[in-house]
Amino acid sequence: MTMLPPEPTKKLGLVIDLDICVGCHACAVNCKEWNTGGYGNALSDQDAYGSEPSGAWLNRIHSFEAVPMDAQGTPQPSDARIVHFPKSCLHCDDAPCVTVCPTGASYKRAEDGIVLVNEDHCIGCGLCAWSCAYGAREMDRASGVMKKCTLCVDRIYNENLPVEDREPACVKSCPANARHFGDLADPSSDVSVMVASRGGFDLMPEQGNKPVNKYLPPRTKTSRCASQTRDDEVPDLVSLAQNNQSTGILGWLDRTLDAIS
Amino acid sequence: MHPASSVIFFTTASGAGFGIMSWLCVAILMGHYTLTPHTIVMGVIGLVLAGAGLLSSTLHLGNPQRAWRAVSQWRTSWLSREGILAVLTCLNFAGILALYLTSGVVLPWMAGSCLVLSLLTIIATAMIYAQIKPVPRWHTKLTVLCYLGFSTSTGMAVIASVSPTRYHVYLAFGGLVLAWVFKLLWWQRASRTSLSHDGSTTATATGLTGFSSVKLFEKPHMTQNYLMTEMVFEIGRKHAARLRQIALLAGGLLPFICLGLAIMTGQTAGFVMLSCVMHLIGVGVERWLFFAEAEHVVALYYGKS
Ligand code: SF4
Ligand code: SF4
Ligand code: SF4
Repeated sequence: MTMLPPEPTKKLGLVIDLDICVGCHACAVNCKEWNTGGYGNALSDQDAYGSEPSGAWLNRIHSFEAVPMDAQGTPQPSDARIVHFPKSCLHCDDAPCVTVCPTGASYKRAEDGIVLVNEDHCIGCGLCAWSCAYGAREMDRASGVMKKCTLCVDRIYNENLPVEDREPACVKSCPANARHFGDLADPSSDVSVMVASRGGFDLMPEQGNKPVNKYLPPRTKTSRCASQTRDDEVPDLVSLAQNNQSTGILGWLDRTLDAIS
Repeated sequence: MHPASSVIFFTTASGAGFGIMSWLCVAILMGHYTLTPHTIVMGVIGLVLAGAGLLSSTLHLGNPQRAWRAVSQWRTSWLSREGILAVLTCLNFAGILALYLTSGVVLPWMAGSCLVLSLLTIIATAMIYAQIKPVPRWHTKLTVLCYLGFSTSTGMAVIASVSPTRYHVYLAFGGLVLAWVFKLLWWQRASRTSLSHDGSTTATATGLTGFSSVKLFEKPHMTQNYLMTEMVFEIGRKHAARLRQIALLAGGLLPFICLGLAIMTGQTAGFVMLSCVMHLIGVGVERWLFFAEAEHVVALYYGKS
């Protein structure tokens, strides 16, 4: 049924921290691994061992170069930074991918807001992928059906898994803890608190899709790392190393040994 | 967007088919003529074109055997509506022909409903594209006008080729001019409609709006993927400009001259046939460009700005 449900009271989704993501692609690999054996058809690859491999992935990591500016808006190119940017379905409230679907294969769940594809009904027309501004849907070239992030619906409610494993594969595998899962409709949930305190934002709000997933911005760099201090105030590493600030028992040992020698 | 030949053939052929049906229904409603062997040939051509187009549109599906499911979501989906309307139009029109052939009767109300259904089908086809907000060049009512324009112009071009009366030639001439007026307006809008037409930029796509510039450093992978081949289709600017000239020349100018000559010399049949063939080819090229030149905002994640 491709009519959108009334606004769900529970909105499960992800919060992705662009300050913390190190761009290791672990979440993407684990996503592929879990979902190729889980929900629906396997996630196929084409020419997997050839020179032009391609395949369906539900989560991909792009890397961007961002040049900051100072308070006056002057670009600071020597402070350019890399921002790793993981992207999967945002489980939008106003999901155009759902309403365009001619077969009813695409749907949004009323109970938790997860957007899914019923692969037995999908004809592989591709219209939903066209309607998604974020490129969150990919056609599986082997099975001819549309694939997208399921929010690991087969993990989060899976009673065969230990409780601590009932979260999305990508969240579970992130070695830097840059991905968080929770109910974004509940203002007291961890993810909602995180979004509120860190200034979490929507991707492309102008497209009007009201995504549920939120992103957290990279923090501004501290001035010690900024270029203007780097050039004239290179920290003196030797004296830094000799600077004896250690406290506690080790500090005492250090000072005592220093005094003896 | 990737120009799939099955979809280009589908929109061009079924567009012409529904154009023919619309015109024949108009003729019946105006009482200009009842059905004759000529109009029956036209009607059959219309049905065949519409049917062939619809069949070809299923060719690009991943699972065409389930295509029947596409009639279920008419409440929200333009693609679903299009499928239903197309089938209803063809049935209605086939009913008109069958009734006439068996009992010699033509019922105006059947022509009326068929005309409405046929025009709605063309509009639904256009809306499949015009509704896609992430493709700013498609997302305009002008897209609907272009589809209506080319459906009626190609439909009348076919009718005039089968029956090159003065009346048909005038209509074909008028239809051609009108269709190209819409298309030129569409092209003009397209040329000032960038990927950022609705405010989407690499910065809003990543949310990195507080920076002075944001650009792609590394793609997620080194080779192509579905999103890139389907939606980040690249066409050289020079290439596009030349193809526009070809579309305009073959699809507009030459048919215009042919029809003009037909009107002036009275040597209608050959000129009209030639203009019809060229017009159809030109519209095919135009349709190819409609896809190839359309940029999707997902390209912002792949280095376009
Ligand atoms: S991110 Fe794309 S696929 Fe996911 S719900 Fe939003 S529009 Fe649909
Ligand atoms: S590809 Fe499948 S899920 Fe997407 S719109 Fe077509 S039928 Fe629906
Ligand atoms: S929630 Fe599951 S399906 Fe979605 S990106 Fe993460 S691992 Fe992939």
